Amino acid sequence: MTISLSGKEVTAQIEEKFPDSVVESAQDNLVVKSDALLDVARFLKDTEGLDLDFLNFVTAVDFYDHFEVVYMLSSLEHNHSLMVKARCYDHENPALPSVVSLWQGADFQEREIYDLFGIKFEGHPNMKRIFLWEGFEGHPLRKDFI
Amino acid sequence: MEIKPAAKYIYSDIELDREEGQVIEDLKANSQEPIPDPDQWLGEELEQNILLTTVDALINWGRRSSLWPAICFPACCAFELIAANGPRFDLARFGMEIMRASPRQADLMITAGTLTWKMAPNVRRIYNQMAEPKWVIAMGACAISGGIFASAEYAVVPGYNRIIPVDVYVPGCPPRPEALIYGIQMLQKKIARRKNIDVRKLLER
Repeated sequence: MTISLSGKEVTAQIEEKFPDSVVESAQDNLVVKSDALLDVARFLKDTEGLDLDFLNFVTAVDFYDHFEVVYMLSSLEHNHSLMVKARCYDHENPALPSVVSLWQGADFQEREIYDLFGIKFEGHPNMKRIFLWEGFEGHPLRKDFI
Repeated sequence: MEIKPAAKYIYSDIELDREEGQVIEDLKANSQEPIPDPDQWLGEELEQNILLTTVDALINWGRRSSLWPAICFPACCAFELIAANGPRFDLARFGMEIMRASPRQADLMITAGTLTWKMAPNVRRIYNQMAEPKWVIAMGACAISGGIFASAEYAVVPGYNRIIPVDVYVPGCPPRPEALIYGIQMLQKKIARRKNIDVRKLLER
């Protein structure tokens, strides 16, 4: 059984290296500031003892006033996992740093999120629609899509 | 790790994508009304009254006894179709054990699954590539009307009959293999009644 890492304990580790980068933390997840996301993600992947080297999935949620992008990370070595979230409050042009440079599996999933929610991932090598065709208007999984 | 820039990916050609998008938009704009059942095109009284029974019977027997389906299985109904092809239900009894990978060698299209607008131009192309005479069975709720995805109208075609003329509708979500086989038998009965020789052209001579 995969052990779920405590968000609060990992937050303490992150805060040592990147102060004020975590917005809030709970029992099983933590919310990272969007501009510190890439640094924190690299820290989680490379730190001895954490080694979160596997990205289970990336997904997004529309909370009307902000989008929340959810990253589920696992360590294949230690068999533990952690949920990391990032928020973007810009409804017109939401953007986040891409994590494709750390976990290649994020490639298509970030494109899917861009397709259906319109969140741009900066630094993604091929940021364009994946399911819907080029020229489609709107992003269907947004709550305000008709 | 270094990620290659977008231009080096062959699939990242944005011009190609825009072209594809334009094709889809055009098809969508031109397919808002269902295409009528091909049977309705045969409503001429003249053709109904003059029969060339022997020739028709022979040709129709040959055609209905060796229906070869083209491969067009975009979604989950395909598994019922595969089951129907398997030993338990054994579609081969009806002369259609051969799934043709090439539409040129097929005369039946079993549309097993949801069709999205992005896939629609390809299905239309497969249909156009099939040799005449050709028939279409709409298999499952998605193929008939869009099914449970009908409300997601932004991406799903509300029925294959927007894209191609459909001969037989097989309802179900998905239909049982028995239902599909029954639909195929209906199609065979339909083919048996088909007039192959254009009577009007013969009279003009």
